[in-house]
Amino acid sequence: MLNKDLVIIGGGSAGMAAACSAYDNGLRDILILEKGPFLGGILNQCIHNGFGLEYFKEELTGPEFLTRFVKETEKRGIEYKLNSFVTGISPDKVVTYTNGEEGYVEVKAKAIVMAAGCYERNAGAIGIPGDRPAGVITAGQAQLYLNEYGYMVGKRVFILGSGDIGLIMARRMSLEGAKVLGVAEIMPYSNGLNRNIVQCLQDYDIPLYLSHTVSKVVGKGKLERIEISKVDEKMQAIPDTEISFDVDTLLLSIGLIPNNALLDNMGAAKSSTRGSSVNEHMETSIEGVFSCGNVLHVHDLVDKVVQEAAVAGKSAALYVQGKLPTHEEVINCVNGEGIGYVVPSRIDLDNAEDNIELKFRVRKPTKNCDIYVEYNGEVIKKAYKNVIIPSEMEIMKLPKNLLVSGNGTLSVSLKVREAK
Amino acid sequence: MNKELICIVCPNGCRLTVDENLNVIGNKCPRGATYAKQELTNPTRVLTSTVKIESKELGVLPVKTANPIPKGKLFDAMKVVNSIKVKAPVELGQVIYKDICGTGVDLVACRTIKE
Repeated sequence: MLNKDLVIIGGGSAGMAAACSAYDNGLRDILILEKGPFLGGILNQCIHNGFGLEYFKEELTGPEFLTRFVKETEKRGIEYKLNSFVTGISPDKVVTYTNGEEGYVEVKAKAIVMAAGCYERNAGAIGIPGDRPAGVITAGQAQLYLNEYGYMVGKRVFILGSGDIGLIMARRMSLEGAKVLGVAEIMPYSNGLNRNIVQCLQDYDIPLYLSHTVSKVVGKGKLERIEISKVDEKMQAIPDTEISFDVDTLLLSIGLIPNNALLDNMGAAKSSTRGSSVNEHMETSIEGVFSCGNVLHVHDLVDKVVQEAAVAGKSAALYVQGKLPTHEEVINCVNGEGIGYVVPSRIDLDNAEDNIELKFRVRKPTKNCDIYVEYNGEVIKKAYKNVIIPSEMEIMKLPKNLLVSGNGTLSVSLKVREAK
Repeated sequence: MNKELICIVCPNGCRLTVDENLNVIGNKCPRGATYAKQELTNPTRVLTSTVKIESKELGVLPVKTANPIPKGKLFDAMKVVNSIKVKAPVELGQVIYKDICGTGVDLVACRTIKE
């Protein structure tokens, strides 16, 4: 059996950033396992720009951003294996992977960083009424076909869901000559970044149907037509509001889910993000197993992914070096009213840095409100927000000295200010 | 008349208000003010796309305009982009097509493809 100080599962932006950070904190015996043919993960197909503005202070495309991290990874001589699929991790940290050259390999790790990204919700997850023809695919899959292989998936396109990938694909398909007839969003607000509504839909006169969903799919063998309907407050289609579109392609951009089955199978505790529960060092409930990036919670910006991954990589190095002791007493972080989730789920105050980063998302767009951080029922921090929306992850820095050690509970909640 | 805009320079998506004298408020950084003035006088966009490549690694090479080009020229530029075919190896940053559609802006490769 192979032995490694650190095995990193996933060679995307999170995996590479974690590896470089672990190296810079003294680890040398590191292995990255990547299932795809390239390092860089999903950024390989994200050929649009807008990456790196925060981290590199430059606007880069996905491939340009990932190339910088590949260079950093190779400069440090960090070992990586491509086309290598991890099939399981045992409770004593034996990672099993397979690839075409080595077959079936077991590697015993002292520490593991999970950085396997997320996957797309598909048609089966939402049960669209009607036929089951070809031509209904996820937006990310269409993006892969178009941007890495050069295949157009259709000429007349409708998009369900206003997540960023759907918006980006609306522009991309339009530029490549397809007619994008519209985007339907079941919520009364968009789930994409504002800039993408402007530069991907408005620039190309693509209508956005809010509070609408696809209510019928029609096609024998190949998709021929879809119908959308307005929905009521309970998200149910309202009769006689149907609009029909003749299309050959329906792209789904209806959400991303952490690809966390490996840690779930190990028995790692879960959080409300559908990823694992972690502490401020990105350590899961299993000692020496860390998680970061989209496998932990789905991010909007890769810049934030690499920062989070650097924490996970450093923590893994500290753990291997015996400098990350575990303590019995931890503070539990919970999402209060109006908040979808909070990362981290736990704070080990004795190990924590001077400032603890709380990451969270609100449940719905809200104006004129305050974010409250309460510790054992007492308000320790309050921040005013003019506008706050679910599609933008919030980060709040919490000075460690506002907390006292013990088995406390920290909660983040949102309260709307009364109109004057 | 004040005009409301959403800044598209970065993912922050600041909500901008511009008055008739092109004074901008609501921007978190100076790029927002530049964007708002540009957007109301001569809107431009960086075009990102792919060109065909003869390669063992990938079917297409990601490319971008090295600078923003006028919004009205995006589809003309796409016609040029779709007519280009290159051969590996290609280096990141390599100029793939000079002065696209008379904009004075070059089309450059966004990744290295070795073979």
